[in-house]
Amino acid sequence: MELEETRRFTLGRCVLYIVCALIFMYLILPIFVILPISFSSSKFLQFPPTGFSLQWYGKFFANRNWISATLRSFQVAILTTILSTILGTMASFAFVRGQFRGKKLLYGMVLSPLIIPVIITAVATYYIFARVRMIGTIWALVLAHTVLALPFVVVNVTSTLQGFDITLERAALSLGANRLVTFFKVTFPLIWPGVVSGALFAFITSFDEVVIAIFLSGSRPTLPKQMWDGIRIAINPTISAVASLLIVFSILLLLSLQLFSGRSAGPRRRSVSGPGETL
Amino acid sequence: MLRKPLIDLKNMVEKDPTRYELPYLLPSTILLLLVFVVPIALFLSRSFLDPRPTSEHFLHIFRNPVYLRVLWVTFRISFTVTAVCILLGYPVAYLLSTVSDRTRNLLMILVLIPFWTSLLVRNYAWMVLLGRRGIINNLLVGIGIIAEPIKLLHTAFAVNVGMIQMMMPFMILSMFSVMKGIDRRLISAALSLGANRFKAFFKVYFPLSLPGVGSGSLLVFIYSLGFFVTPALLGGRKDVMVSMLIEEQVSTMLNWGFASALALLLLACTFLFFFLYTRFFKIEQIF
Repeated sequence: MELEETRRFTLGRCVLYIVCALIFMYLILPIFVILPISFSSSKFLQFPPTGFSLQWYGKFFANRNWISATLRSFQVAILTTILSTILGTMASFAFVRGQFRGKKLLYGMVLSPLIIPVIITAVATYYIFARVRMIGTIWALVLAHTVLALPFVVVNVTSTLQGFDITLERAALSLGANRLVTFFKVTFPLIWPGVVSGALFAFITSFDEVVIAIFLSGSRPTLPKQMWDGIRIAINPTISAVASLLIVFSILLLLSLQLFSGRSAGPRRRSVSGPGETL
Repeated sequence: MLRKPLIDLKNMVEKDPTRYELPYLLPSTILLLLVFVVPIALFLSRSFLDPRPTSEHFLHIFRNPVYLRVLWVTFRISFTVTAVCILLGYPVAYLLSTVSDRTRNLLMILVLIPFWTSLLVRNYAWMVLLGRRGIINNLLVGIGIIAEPIKLLHTAFAVNVGMIQMMMPFMILSMFSVMKGIDRRLISAALSLGANRFKAFFKVYFPLSLPGVGSGSLLVFIYSLGFFVTPALLGGRKDVMVSMLIEEQVSTMLNWGFASALALLLLACTFLFFFLYTRFFKIEQIF
């Protein structure tokens, strides 16, 4: 161990640093190239941007279509987050604490939207929702997005729950608390970081989702759908302002997630003999 | 008279209030059945039931060179993306597993930023970079490497470059989750037994890291097969992937039977590789 840590600054190490720096630039720079462009005062997309102006931001906030698409996205994402967090947390309790037939199968079913190509989910939900005339309604989007978001909630909550010390609940119950009180006074205060991480994942899943939105949003597009149309037809520079706002927004979400996942390490480590039944 | 045991074990287990049984799964199960399982089953059933029982839609894929080409392009792009992700992801994952915790947390944020940035934003960024009057062309013309802007956007190159950037976090995280568990003393042992650094790495470290390479590759390959947004925005007419064909068949051709056959084929490939994945790895370890 010591030998590895204190090793000399070898040539190999040097090459590794340079290679990795280049790879990180490839991963990160394309995203941040948009920020300076969005403040450009030129009429076209230009790099390096000439002059400074907020014209594209102004166009974004003045345009009714962009604003209504943004509000639509927030509505859909918030409803999806609430629904998938509640359903996913309940399901996680059954997966970790329950013993019943078909548990593995149901677990696989809940996680399967992670690997099934979104285009298939999108086309299939379109097929169904078109028949019941729900295309363009907010619930079509919320229900389909909840299917995509559920696995993230379940993965986050089950992993926290497996590290939860069940004797704490037994103690509360034996001291006379009922099930509901035990959940809200004992269990939830300890597992909330996992639930919040899952909720953040759910939010971003819905907020960024475009393929299902293309099919289900009808005449009332979400923000990604509106961007999709804008990019496909002609590169509209207003999109650089939208994209910049989204970048800042998602970095804020990521940083808050890092905060919560750091916290959830607490109860996870504490457990010595959790219920930890492997799924 | 004393037939009843003092402690009713059976009853206690059944009424254990720390247990949560099937009813808690019911809402999610109903939702998934109504909005996911049944719709997919109904949609896919049209591949062989549209309008009567038929194999026509599948034969249509394999008889027509245009569609065979789409399948070929899908596999070729997925394969390229996976291979380059291995090459570029390995050094980064290795670096992450050797640095201090502080540095790692910082670098991890760099890996996760693309993961969390909207997919559409990342694709848009590549369009701005690779366009005919985009940043890269301006730069290359500016320093005199090329005289005229070259076509970068709407090529297979653009699709690969974009998809690799989007899939890299998955590869890096898969590899890292294995590498962080490798006992570094094994390398020290190899070195003290006379191996040089090169040999110690390839004979000891590399074989131990292979499970991470395997799980990352399968994951990236599975995701790449179903990519839709990136090839649609960055690719040209020659770079149509299966997902785009499905979308086109549904929204402009209204040819549900054929779209369904394509979807079934895509799903079958996904499941095939996913089956391989589950034989060796667990899906939760990434998320």
